[in-house]
Amino acid sequence: MQSRMIGKLGGSEEILLPVRPLYISITLFVALMINLLPLTGWLLAVRPDFVAQVLLYWGIHQPRKIGFLPAWLLGLAMDVADGSLFGQHALAYSVMMFAAIALHRRVSMFDMRHQILHVLPILLVMQMIVLGVRHASGDAFPGWWFFLSSIVGALLWPATDLLLKIPLRQRHDPDEA
Amino acid sequence: MGEAGYPPESAQGLPHSGAPLSTRMQSSPPPFFRRGPSLFARLGFFSLLSLMLLYADARFHYTEALRKAIAVVLYPLQQFADTPGKAFSSIGAYFVSQSFLQRENDRLTHENFLQAGQLQSQQALIAENQHLRQLMEMRERAEQTSTVAEILYVGRDPFSRKVIVDKGSSQDIEEGAAVIDDTGLIGQVTRTFPWTAEVALISDREQVVPVQIVRTGQRAALFGIGYDGALDLRFMPINTDVENGDMLVTSGIDGVYPPGLPVAVVSNIERNAAYPFAKITCTPAAGPNRNRQVLVMSRLTPLPDYPVVPDAKKGKGKKARKGG
Repeated sequence: MQSRMIGKLGGSEEILLPVRPLYISITLFVALMINLLPLTGWLLAVRPDFVAQVLLYWGIHQPRKIGFLPAWLLGLAMDVADGSLFGQHALAYSVMMFAAIALHRRVSMFDMRHQILHVLPILLVMQMIVLGVRHASGDAFPGWWFFLSSIVGALLWPATDLLLKIPLRQRHDPDEA
Repeated sequence: MGEAGYPPESAQGLPHSGAPLSTRMQSSPPPFFRRGPSLFARLGFFSLLSLMLLYADARFHYTEALRKAIAVVLYPLQQFADTPGKAFSSIGAYFVSQSFLQRENDRLTHENFLQAGQLQSQQALIAENQHLRQLMEMRERAEQTSTVAEILYVGRDPFSRKVIVDKGSSQDIEEGAAVIDDTGLIGQVTRTFPWTAEVALISDREQVVPVQIVRTGQRAALFGIGYDGALDLRFMPINTDVENGDMLVTSGIDGVYPPGLPVAVVSNIERNAAYPFAKITCTPAAGPNRNRQVLVMSRLTPLPDYPVVPDAKKGKGKKARKGG
C-alpha cells in the first residue's frame, strides 16, 4: 500500500492538455443546466448536486484556476433557482471550496477509491451547513434521504473524473506529429 | 489516476514517463510568492457575505430585488433545461392511439354536456343571488378573474413544498393569489418573478388555510405538515362535531382565498382525553401531481380595514374590543 501511494505521488499518470478557464466555465455551466432539469419524486431526492460536484472537482484539481467567487455566485444562482433561503448555497459552496483548496494536494495523491472517502465528508459537511442554516431559520429536518444526494455524488466521483477529463486527453502523440 | 480505470492511457503514458512532473494536469508551475489574501481570509469574507445575505433574507426580506434580478438571468437557462422534458412529452403525445383519443373525446363531450346543464342553472342562481344580496344590501361577491398557468417544475428545496408556474408578474399574477386546479385549492403564490411565480402548496409547513366544515359550518385552520397527502386540522376541541369524510372548503374570511373552494376531506380523527385538542388529519382534495395546468385566481378586493377606535391608547382599545 505504502509503495503504491508513493508511486502515486506524481498524481495523474496521464499527460493531459492544460485546462483553460473557458473549459472550466463550460463544465460549470453544463452542471448548472443539469441541476435545473425539472426532476420530480425519488429522482430529485437521489440527484447529486452537480454544481457542487464540478466545483469540488476543479477546486481539487485546479485550485489556482478557480476560486471562491465562482462558487459563491453559483451558490446564489442555485438559491434563486431552488427558491431556498438566499445565501445558503453560497455559504455552503464557499466552505466546500475552502475544503477543496486546502486539501487539494492530499486528495489528488490518492487513487479513486480513496478520493471518494475524502469527497464524501466534504459533500456531507456542505449539506450539513445547508441543514444548519435552515434549522436556524425554523425549518424541520426533511429526513435522512436528504443526505442521499451527497452519497450518490461521492459514488459518482470516478465518473465525474472520467467525464471531465475526456476533452483534456491528447489527440495524438506529440512526438510523432 | 487509478491504473485499473484507464488501462489504455497508462499504457500510452509509458513513453512519457520521463516527462517532468510539471507536465501533469496542473500545467503551470506554482507561483514563487503567495499573492492576495490567505485562504482563511477569503473563506471569512465570502462566509460573512453569505451570512449577511441569509440574515437579510430570513429576517427582513431585503433581498427580493436581487433575487428577481438573478431570476431574470436564470429564466432562459431554466427554459432551456425544460426543453428535453417538454420534447419528450410532446413526442409521447404525438404517438397516442386513435382509440384513446376517441374515448377521451367521448368523455369530454359527455362532461361538457353535463356541465352545460349545470352552468345554465348556475347562471340563474348567480343572478338570483346578486338580486337577493342587493335586496339585503350586502357586499357583493367580487367577480374573480383567473389565469391558466402551467407547472414548470417542482421546487427543489427539500425543506419546503413549492411549485414554479410559467406565469409571473408580467401576466398580472400577484403575490398572495390563490391557485386551484380542477378539484380544489393547491396553494398560494408566495413570490413573483417577471415570467414565473412560486406557489407554496397547502402542504408546505408554513401554509395555513382558513377553512370551514361544510356539514356544520364551523370554521377552523388547516395546517400543512411538510409532506404530500396529509394536512392537520389543529386547535379543534375534543368534543368538536367532526366526522370522517367531512368536506373542508375555504371560509374566505381571510380575504386571501375566495370562499367555497374545496380544500380537503377529513380522513382520520384521534380523540385523546389527555390532550385539549383532537388530532384531525385530512387528505387534500387537489394535488399538483395530478395535472400540470392550474388556475391562478386574481386577488380578492381587499376587505375593509379592521375597525379601530380613532385616537385611543392601547388599554382603551383593548377595552373597547372586549366590550364589543
